[in-house]
Amino acid sequence: MRNLASLLFAGGLAFLLLTLLSQLAFGTPPMRVGSEILAVAPGEVGAANLVTAILLGYRGFDTLGELAILFAAATAAGVVLGRRRDDARRDPPGGEVLRTGADLLFPLLVVVGFYVIAHGHLTPGGGFQGGVILAAAFFVALLAQPARHLSHGLILWIEGLAGAAFILIGIWALVASGDFLAPLLGPGRMGELLSAGTLPLLSLAIGLKVGAELAGIMAHIADAEAPDT
Amino acid sequence: MMSLTLEGVVLIGALGLIVIGALGMAISNHLFRMLLALVLAESGANLLIVLSGYRVGASAPILGFGDPTAPMVDPVPQVLVLTAIVIGVGVQALAVALLLKVYRVYGTLNVRELRDRMDADVATAAGVEADASQDAPAGERPLPPVPAHASVGSGGFGRRGPVPFPPQSDERRP
Repeated sequence: MRNLASLLFAGGLAFLLLTLLSQLAFGTPPMRVGSEILAVAPGEVGAANLVTAILLGYRGFDTLGELAILFAAATAAGVVLGRRRDDARRDPPGGEVLRTGADLLFPLLVVVGFYVIAHGHLTPGGGFQGGVILAAAFFVALLAQPARHLSHGLILWIEGLAGAAFILIGIWALVASGDFLAPLLGPGRMGELLSAGTLPLLSLAIGLKVGAELAGIMAHIADAEAPDT
Repeated sequence: MMSLTLEGVVLIGALGLIVIGALGMAISNHLFRMLLALVLAESGANLLIVLSGYRVGASAPILGFGDPTAPMVDPVPQVLVLTAIVIGVGVQALAVALLLKVYRVYGTLNVRELRDRMDADVATAAGVEADASQDAPAGERPLPPVPAHASVGSGGFGRRGPVPFPPQSDERRP
């Protein structure tokens, strides 16, 4: 009975979505703000990757809110999972191949992560993507050796400093140009690593913050084996 | 309605992901599967938003790549989806944390077993018979036994028995 009702519900949902989509002008987007930004952004912001130019140049405040949401989720996960007891049992480490592979992979992932962060304004990528790759480096290490301890204090410091740096850059822009998080330092030469003003700095702050937050969540989940209720 | 081009296939796929995810959330009895269905629906929605900025024959919104004279797709939906993905990751992490907690306390993620056990706990805390709940089954049906370790749970969440129960809860149950 419940399955039948669910099927009916899904069929109705599909019908409604199809009806909506059939009226959508597919392939010729009716939104005009996108083309306006495409015309203006290269001169104003100077980032070759226009997605990053919008994310950090035009929607920087939104990105700050997004970081706040991620922070809230990470904090809530930490609160829910709680602290582990010192005498709690740990998972045994993985096999030789897994551990060696994780050790080999760790520096590569860190380098790729920082590369993606640093080139966020030139190529596909940016703070969020690179931050996730950075966190993945720690995921692999933790999965191969669950007994390895990831310092929550260090993670909190990195996270806090990166978040503070993001806001400080925003306030700096507020003082210097009158707009919160406006790109500073001029657009520079398009396509160079040091271009697009403060965008690479913001990318770096986001990358470190996202990486530290996700690694912290993973550390909390890995620590959660112990019953502490 | 539309001729079935490659874009049309992707569009239908995005729609299908949303519907499959919603259906999975409605049908599934297992909390972790519900979470996976939510992830599916979320990917479908993200794909749909990205497709709304699609422009026929356009290139990616990155200067210096591809044909410089070609038009570019709308970058605004892509930025919105970037936001949505990150928030989705946060939601999933929080959900997994809650599921871990539930599993540790009740030893199962099956919705029905969970309801039975929570009913029993609530009844014990209130000092009444477990059958006093209006959702309780009629007659003498006993509650399912609390599994000593994880393998008894319905979903195989967790590979070995990390679930020592609070000992008093075993004494409380019939």
